[in-house]
Amino acid sequence: MAELPLVSTPAGTLLTPYIAVLRSRMRAQQSYRLSFASEVFSAFLIGLIEFAEVWVIFHTVKVLGGLDLDAALLLFGLSNTTFALAQVMVGHLDSLPTLIRLGTLDAFHLRPQPLLLQLITSDISLRRLARAAVAIAVLTLGLMRNDIDWGPAAVVLLAITLIGGILIFGGIFVCAAGLQFFLIDGAELTNSFTYGGSFAAMQPASVFPPPLKILFGFAIPVSFTAYLPTICLLGLPGPPLLPSWLAWWTPVATIWVWLLALCLWRIGTRHYQGGGG
Amino acid sequence: MRGGAEGVEWLAVAMRARRTARVYQQLAVAGFRRQSQYKLAMFAGLFTNCVFGLVRAAVMVAAVRAAGDFGGYDEGSIGAYVWLSQALLGAMQFMGPPLELVDRVKNGDIAVDFLRPVDVQLSYLATDLGRAACTLIPRGIPSVVFGYLTFGLAMPHSPWPYLLGAISVLLAVALSFLSLFAVGLIGFWVVETRGIRVLYQICGTFLAGLFVPVHMFPEWLRTLAHATPFPSILQAPIDILSGRVLDSEAIGVVATQVVWVVLIGIAGRILLAAGRRRLEVQGG
Repeated sequence: MAELPLVSTPAGTLLTPYIAVLRSRMRAQQSYRLSFASEVFSAFLIGLIEFAEVWVIFHTVKVLGGLDLDAALLLFGLSNTTFALAQVMVGHLDSLPTLIRLGTLDAFHLRPQPLLLQLITSDISLRRLARAAVAIAVLTLGLMRNDIDWGPAAVVLLAITLIGGILIFGGIFVCAAGLQFFLIDGAELTNSFTYGGSFAAMQPASVFPPPLKILFGFAIPVSFTAYLPTICLLGLPGPPLLPSWLAWWTPVATIWVWLLALCLWRIGTRHYQGGGG
Repeated sequence: MRGGAEGVEWLAVAMRARRTARVYQQLAVAGFRRQSQYKLAMFAGLFTNCVFGLVRAAVMVAAVRAAGDFGGYDEGSIGAYVWLSQALLGAMQFMGPPLELVDRVKNGDIAVDFLRPVDVQLSYLATDLGRAACTLIPRGIPSVVFGYLTFGLAMPHSPWPYLLGAISVLLAVALSFLSLFAVGLIGFWVVETRGIRVLYQICGTFLAGLFVPVHMFPEWLRTLAHATPFPSILQAPIDILSGRVLDSEAIGVVATQVVWVVLIGIAGRILLAAGRRRLEVQGG
């Protein structure tokens, strides 16, 4: 691991401890083979069933919110790919209330590394890659079945969306984690933004009443992960409040989410008084 | 003289039955009290219910408007479906944390439960019914009121759907708990039941009609769903409370629920007995 000579220290690079932890977590997950297999299978099924929900609706309603089944494939593919990949990397921040309650968070504070970075790299959930696989398959199908003008603009937009989408969902998880320092018992509250955000991202935002459009379009900008790029790729104009050219503003939405996330995280960690252990 | 002896015996049986009933009643009250301690958690649950409800209602209402025939639903009845399902979700514990039982089977504390002078399955059921009652009042009813105020929903005007609906909700909560109980007992044979529980949760919520009503499923999927207890956990109480099924049809739905409660209850008892024989507790 000496690829980064610039930051190397006698004990390796700055990244060495993080990589070591991640490696051990990956090995640990695979050690109980039957359990790991059943978890991977469950994650795969979650992906399939989430898609079945979309399919059952479009089976009856041919066009919903200006999108047909083919467009819905794209919408589902984009939102679920980005959410599932964000979950692989930072989904375990969900367990922060348990860490706080058990007092194990204090152990993280003792190490000379940034707390958030330690927590993010403290685990990686391989089984969720199975869910991402379903989403990527649907996304590929959606990209093939739709009539998309494959110029450089479309390719760049897709790249911005995938990277920005993962970062947006990741940032929302960090926002939720920052709030956990205050909530503890009310941990479920933040589910409305994390899992609720991912759920809202899967829907055609054109059917939302204006307050929901503002909530999921700008405050918690999950529309940037799937709906806006979908209508932009398909050349649809988009509803009031959410015109399709907004899809190019994904980097701004990403920066907004991360500013909010780091702010909330800072306030949360400042508020934290220790587990009393 | 003989008649007197029989009378005394009968009295003793009645006294014992009353004492047993009192124990389970106390357990239910304890379950209610424990749940009522987590006030912030209850508010958090309600808030999350409402956010998800708003998104679901927006999509469903748009779908009803766009489709000529959406499984026989109109804007009012789809609203009732969405908000009743959100309201009942907390009581059914589909999305909730694993049952306490799961940990107790894993770490062997279940042995202590076997030593108690009450039935393991029924005592856990009583506690859970108390817990569910406590989620319905602060979480369930406000969800429906919130839905009524935002998207609007149509509820029946006669008292019968509510009376039968109350019975149906009770059966659904019991069925949901007994199913989770049976799934948790698999821990006697498998070290980590997480994968199995997640599988149950995902298939269960879908087949119960949480995301899309069971009536909307294509024919084959509906047949598959009705071969499982899941529609009896969510779709059944929603259909009765919202007045979608009435009279003899409603009684048929409740009867199906009773059959499932009995079947899953027996399955749980068999698993419990088998697990008890297998259980090996070390140390002392």
